[in-house]
Amino acid sequence: MLYSPAPLHIPENFLSLAVSAACWVVTILTLSLAISKTNKSLGERQIPLMGIMAAFIFAAQMINFPVAGGTSGHLLGGVLAAVILGPWAGMLVMTAVIALQALLFQDGGLSVMGANILNMGLVTAAIGYGLYRLVSNRSRKVKLAAIGFAAWLSVLAGALFTSLQIWLSGNADLKIIVPVMLFIHALIGVGDALITVAAISFIMRTRPDLLGEESESAKGGQGWVWVGVAVTLLVVLLSPFASADPDGLERVATDLGFIGQAQLSPFQIIPDYTVPFLGQTALSTVIAGVIGAIVVGLVAYLIGRGVKAKSQAAGSK
Amino acid sequence: MHFDAFDRYHEKDSRLHRLDPRVKAVITIACILSNALLPDGAWIAFLFAFIFLLALNVVSRLGIAYTLKRSLIALPFALIAFSVLFSTPGNPLSMFHFLMWDFTITDAGLLRFVSILIRSWLSVQMAILLVAVTRFPDLVHALAHLRVPPILTTIIAFLYRYLFVLTDEVFRLLRARESRSAASAAQRSGGGVLWRAKVAGDMAGQLFLRSYERSDRIYNAMLSRGYAGHMYTLNPHEMKPGDYFAAAFAVAFIFIIQILGRF
Repeated sequence: MLYSPAPLHIPENFLSLAVSAACWVVTILTLSLAISKTNKSLGERQIPLMGIMAAFIFAAQMINFPVAGGTSGHLLGGVLAAVILGPWAGMLVMTAVIALQALLFQDGGLSVMGANILNMGLVTAAIGYGLYRLVSNRSRKVKLAAIGFAAWLSVLAGALFTSLQIWLSGNADLKIIVPVMLFIHALIGVGDALITVAAISFIMRTRPDLLGEESESAKGGQGWVWVGVAVTLLVVLLSPFASADPDGLERVATDLGFIGQAQLSPFQIIPDYTVPFLGQTALSTVIAGVIGAIVVGLVAYLIGRGVKAKSQAAGSK
Repeated sequence: MHFDAFDRYHEKDSRLHRLDPRVKAVITIACILSNALLPDGAWIAFLFAFIFLLALNVVSRLGIAYTLKRSLIALPFALIAFSVLFSTPGNPLSMFHFLMWDFTITDAGLLRFVSILIRSWLSVQMAILLVAVTRFPDLVHALAHLRVPPILTTIIAFLYRYLFVLTDEVFRLLRARESRSAASAAQRSGGGVLWRAKVAGDMAGQLFLRSYERSDRIYNAMLSRGYAGHMYTLNPHEMKPGDYFAAAFAVAFIFIIQILGRF
């Protein structure tokens, strides 16, 4: 096959509306920040560069190497993009790749794209760039080791978040999905880590200037170290807990009010998708849906306006 | 490689092809959201959503089963939801033993599993239809009209444009590796797994350098053709009365589906 999809893409409508809306909000907020940062630091020259880099990540995902018994190792590319292009540009590039996969190939759904971008583009960039930045003054070997670990962990993190989102939507059993997903992706992650390390090492040898102190890659602030380490710790601590003690996690989620008793779609902004004073009628549910859509749309619009105003202000300076 | 290997657009002269891409994008997203809002076991509503889909297939002149055929590729992903069969509390339907665990399929679990699959399957078909009747650049243009930030739509437009070029580059790299990896029955080709991974990584690095240098040439070529930070299109999208009518009709139909889903 021409193109082998990474197995992390959540299919269309596999998340409840509430969970996918929550993921959209996080994704839109982070991407707005990424856009305003990128607009500030990049000239018009970088836009074609980022477009080609997105095509590069997409094409590089087709490079594989045989492992054993007909299986092969693949590149997923999230950490590679963040390290070469810097975190913000890396996020935008991965977003474009995931959007194209969803739009053109139905690989990952449109309604759940917020979650897919979060799991495969934003979390990976945070872990990858954060850990890389943590060791930015160390030797090449330490850097490569950090990048390799980050690449492996980012795949695991994507699997963990994907499982948790599907479970919170009531569409999978926590006891089954978390161990299975983590096990499969612990193996897939090794392939991604090996290729990422070899690729970065190749670039360090042939074009050290692209990763040097003057490059885009070195411009991410120290804050990334904190974000990266925080996300890393979260994944490292949550993964064993979720796979060894799913009942415990379920209990925590219930205590925190994420899971309702009879309801299978937890974390609701509007309870039962009904408007209280209209009662349990079809009309009430429809209106609740419309209100939810308007609220989400309004949030997105306001963010969009904020970003536009900011970037115009930055442009006029 | 042929330039349209990745393209999903099917040229036909139909009402659906001529519809404004913004309307098509909005209707598709509305249908997907509507499917997501339907409760488990809303069979009549699912049936109506399916009929709507078949009708769109017919209008598009792609054949009534076009999206049906295309959607089968996406089915293996359904396995993710498999575990709800056992985890949903309800009346047990069937029990079986696997390795060291007992599994019980409940009626509520089965209802939920089937509903998840139907919702996802109907929605995937809407997305398949959207890209089959809309040229991708038009779709990206529509996204720009729908307030997706210009930096993202531009990156996606470039990604789509150079997908084919860089994929060709990957195939050249893979062919080069293939042609240097002779093997005989007596001797395996190449080194261990780590060595193979390193070769793959070098290929990815090589691809990066080629892409990076290509982006320089592309930018210079664009400048020499008058690029000043904006892309222009020869078919400006204008909403016609027919577009408004189609949008209103679709919204009304989705509304009916939602009401049917509640009874």
